[in-house]
Amino acid sequence: MLDVRAMSKSFGGLKAVSEASLTVSEGNIVSLIGPNGAGKTTLFALISGFLKPDSGAVTFNDAGITGQRPHQICHQGLVRTFQVVQPFAGLTVRENIAVGAHTRIAGRAAALAAAGEIAQLVGMGTQLDQSAGALTIAGRKRLELARALATGPRLLLLDEVMAGLNATEIADLVTVVRKIRDSGVTIFLIEHVMQAVMSLSDYTYVLNHGAMIAEGQPSQVTKDPNVIEAYLGHGAAKRLLEMEAGADA
Amino acid sequence: MTKRERILGWAFIVCVLALAPLFITSNRWIDFLELTLFVAVLGQGWNVLGGYGGQYSFGHAVFFGTGAYIQALLQYKLGWSPWLTLWFAISGTTAVAAMIGYLSFRYGLRGSYFALITLAFAEAFHVVSRSWSSFTEGGQGVQLTLNQDPALALATFQFSFGGPFMKAYGFYYTILAILMISYAATWWMEHSRFGAQLVAVRENEDAAEALGVNAFLVKMRAICLSAAITASGGVYYVQKFLFVEPGIAYGTAKSVEALFAPIIGGLGTVLGPLIGSFFIHGVGEIAKEAIHGVFGDRPGVDLILFGIILVLILAFAPRGLVGILERVWIRLKARGDA
Repeated sequence: MLDVRAMSKSFGGLKAVSEASLTVSEGNIVSLIGPNGAGKTTLFALISGFLKPDSGAVTFNDAGITGQRPHQICHQGLVRTFQVVQPFAGLTVRENIAVGAHTRIAGRAAALAAAGEIAQLVGMGTQLDQSAGALTIAGRKRLELARALATGPRLLLLDEVMAGLNATEIADLVTVVRKIRDSGVTIFLIEHVMQAVMSLSDYTYVLNHGAMIAEGQPSQVTKDPNVIEAYLGHGAAKRLLEMEAGADA
Repeated sequence: MTKRERILGWAFIVCVLALAPLFITSNRWIDFLELTLFVAVLGQGWNVLGGYGGQYSFGHAVFFGTGAYIQALLQYKLGWSPWLTLWFAISGTTAVAAMIGYLSFRYGLRGSYFALITLAFAEAFHVVSRSWSSFTEGGQGVQLTLNQDPALALATFQFSFGGPFMKAYGFYYTILAILMISYAATWWMEHSRFGAQLVAVRENEDAAEALGVNAFLVKMRAICLSAAITASGGVYYVQKFLFVEPGIAYGTAKSVEALFAPIIGGLGTVLGPLIGSFFIHGVGEIAKEAIHGVFGDRPGVDLILFGIILVLILAFAPRGLVGILERVWIRLKARGDA
């Protein structure tokens, strides 16, 4: 469904993403993990049209979307959320979601009604008339998700929707994300919360210093020595193995 | 406020404005009302782009002036009927707006950069209208001939030699009609997808783009509607005074008046510019008299007062007078229900 080939992007002398490739197939939940500053959000911005790649290509549903504007890509069914939440602070929750719904619904009343339904789905049914600026961080994360969902996407790019939430809120949101996938929306997510990554993902990519260093089932990937070293530093994989060996003995 | 309360409120306002001439016999007060409605129209023009779209223009005079000049020049040079020229004035100004909008929005100018570029355009038009005398009559301005034949009052869109009613109230009802059309258009916009997308762009352009909003197109549509409303104010001005010159057309006074009314009245609300205009001119008149009593003849003191009021409103009532009135209304209703 989504195919990213040899994507590169530099900011001045810094290579933020270099030769990164990945595939997301329809109906799956695929995750992208990696240490801070690995280039995950940059890669999302490249896919969703907020940044233009220096080289590489994005194909979505067999159509090239490289270099298109974000709103054009959204209309084809690929929509992203923001890691740093971007609510329309002066509007109510319902009006926020309706902006997304307007992508497929022209009428104002119909869009506002659709917003109500989406809000129910993500568990914001009671907050519809609240001002978005007054929401808690958990509420804003849900709102990001709801707005994106309201556009009627076929592929949803979720950028750290779990970050900053407590355990109960994470568990809630994991259920919501799974429900969205079951309704037929493919999901590609960036996440640091490993509990969510492990329980949700069908497949995982690991990015470090802008390059893909590993991919596979989440349980395999977390055992990959390259991945462990990327997170915990040089030599960590070996020390972990020795510790495990010591514990077994 | 509920929808029913809003509709009743609007019906009340329209009735009061439509029937006002029945109760006001003094010319001075009719002139006051006319001026207030005129600024309310300019204010709504600015509000569409600035209040709803968050694109603060400091040069809305460019649209007022262009509308006025097209209206005047087509009559003066080609002798066209004012009823025909007004369509050219409005559509020609919209074309100018599309050009300015394209240049500004294509290159992503926002905030103070957009304010400065609009100011620069207004000044450029000001200079050109003054110096290109073979086309614009330069600094002496364009003076239209006064029609003195009562039979042609309506045909020439000049009411000063019409019947007694037309003479007294013709332009009052002209500006009231322009006001009602432009306010209805703004109301329609507010309740449409276009309006929702425009407000989304104001609140957060990146988020709006991510949700499928073509921010460039939305801003282009807003500047065009904004310019069309402002140009209709220019058409009214030329027909009323039969005169336009560079300072009136493109001076900063019109730009400032256009943004004062909605900021004081309430940005991004249909009613804001009207309330703001009444406040500016009502309180302005009273303040002028009072200041005159205290300080004697000191021109400009009332402007200082306006500055202070503007700062207070921006600091303490960002939603303007409409926001304050709404809060008072809700409190009154709560007391009534209790």
